Amino acid sequence: MHDALASSSPAVSLPATGGADAAWRVVARTAFPFIVAGAAWEIVAHLGIFPPRLFPTLEQVAATFVRLTLSGALPHHALDTLIRLVAGFALAAVIGVAIGIAMGRSRLTEDIALPLVSIGAPIPGIAYAPLFLLWFGLGNVSAVLLVGFVSGFPIIFNTWTGVKAVKEIWVRSAQAMGADQRRMFAKVILPGALPYILTGLRLGLAQAWRILVGVEMLAAVPWGLGWLIFGAREFLATDVMLAGIAVIAIMGLVLEKLVFQRLERFTVVRWGMMT
Amino acid sequence: MTEARDRMRRLVRGGLALVAVAAIYEAVARSGLFPTVLLPTLPVVAHTLWASCADGTMPLHAFYTLKRVLIGCGLAIVVGLPLGILMGRYRPIENFVLPLASALMPIPSLAWVPVFILWFGLGDQVAILIVFYAALFPMLLNAWSGVRSVNPLWLRAASAMGADGNALFWKVMVPAASPFIITGLRQAFLRSWIAVVGAEMLAASDWGLGWVIFDAKEFLNADVMLASLAVIGAIGFAFERLVFGSVERATVLRWGMVQATKG
Repeated sequence: MHDALASSSPAVSLPATGGADAAWRVVARTAFPFIVAGAAWEIVAHLGIFPPRLFPTLEQVAATFVRLTLSGALPHHALDTLIRLVAGFALAAVIGVAIGIAMGRSRLTEDIALPLVSIGAPIPGIAYAPLFLLWFGLGNVSAVLLVGFVSGFPIIFNTWTGVKAVKEIWVRSAQAMGADQRRMFAKVILPGALPYILTGLRLGLAQAWRILVGVEMLAAVPWGLGWLIFGAREFLATDVMLAGIAVIAIMGLVLEKLVFQRLERFTVVRWGMMT
Repeated sequence: MTEARDRMRRLVRGGLALVAVAAIYEAVARSGLFPTVLLPTLPVVAHTLWASCADGTMPLHAFYTLKRVLIGCGLAIVVGLPLGILMGRYRPIENFVLPLASALMPIPSLAWVPVFILWFGLGDQVAILIVFYAALFPMLLNAWSGVRSVNPLWLRAASAMGADGNALFWKVMVPAASPFIITGLRQAFLRSWIAVVGAEMLAASDWGLGWVIFDAKEFLNADVMLASLAVIGAIGFAFERLVFGSVERATVLRWGMVQATKG
């Protein structure tokens, strides 16, 4: 797992712009590809090569989006998905960080837990879905447990790597200055491991997000964006699907940009662990 | 000396842990607390796995799944790698592709399954396209960051020594970007391995490991599920360790681009 950090390195950031570039130029440059892609979509949709039910125009998708939002259905679906995500992810974060720290601090735990985690991790999370459905029934319990289970692996691995990566010299100098166990943990180990832990949480959240949409399709939950999209298939409602996918994209972007980048800035960057 | 003893201790403790977990599972399965169809004993699972391998159904399922992954992932590499390199080299391409990629990336590939089913019908095409979608972004973004991370000093040094564009590309840029590109290949494969299982479950198509697991749910065949989970895990693990591990050893480690890390 030496590539635990490297695997998250290609963070998507817009290219740094020179000081000369005015803000509107950046906006225009970012908007331009979307305008081209949107125009291409519109042209294809209006030409009528494909049946309009299967290839709706963007106006139709936007109208459906507004209609579903006003009727309260779309917010309800999104809220239920979000609650499942938060519940499953919180479960994974608490248990995963605890296991990871235990593995990093104690050789015995590491030797026992590592083979188990290494066997569970390479199996794609969604493959467990039918098994969880069989064991825990259709519905919320299975969905939340599966999301937690799947997003736990990257969190465990990265926390473990992070605790092991704390510089020996920091630990020894803290010891020499008379830090007790608790202060050692709170002031040295935890801040030292935090960049890795945050990477793990980020990867875990991304996994949870990816798996959740699939699980909602399989678990027949009454509300949820995955179910919205999958259920729309029965009615050939491509516009509903695309509206749902748009919401999923927005939620994914917000999670990444607002939640994690901000968290990172408030902790590791401020403590000077990372620039 | 301590190195060898360390390994020994790890192996013993790890083995003991696995045996203990298997024993606990076996005890719970045999205790009759849960129905045996839901919690089959390990010999039953092993027997199911052996029987389905022996009559050729499991290898055939695995073959179909692998075929979809390799086609989809191959397409993603063919498209993503050159595009990523171009993005790293030319600003206008980067400015055009990057916003689109950042907007599409947070959409889980499985969300597209229903749309693709409507557009292309049930079957192979959906699974292959989902795999393509899942594998494209890791490949694209890693190739892009790889090319951007090439030390400009190396480029200037090479051109000062009279390297032409071709040599600059093949002798400097590609090796320098290769750690990222290999990370991209790895992630692309991992993502497609996840995506193919989900796509096979949702876009039922008679063959494929994901379909086997999903189909087994209808008949409460937990032993079939666990057997296919084992196969899925084994193939994923084999690819990760054998294929990518040896690719890495043959390229970046040999070129000295990254330090070999133990672990």
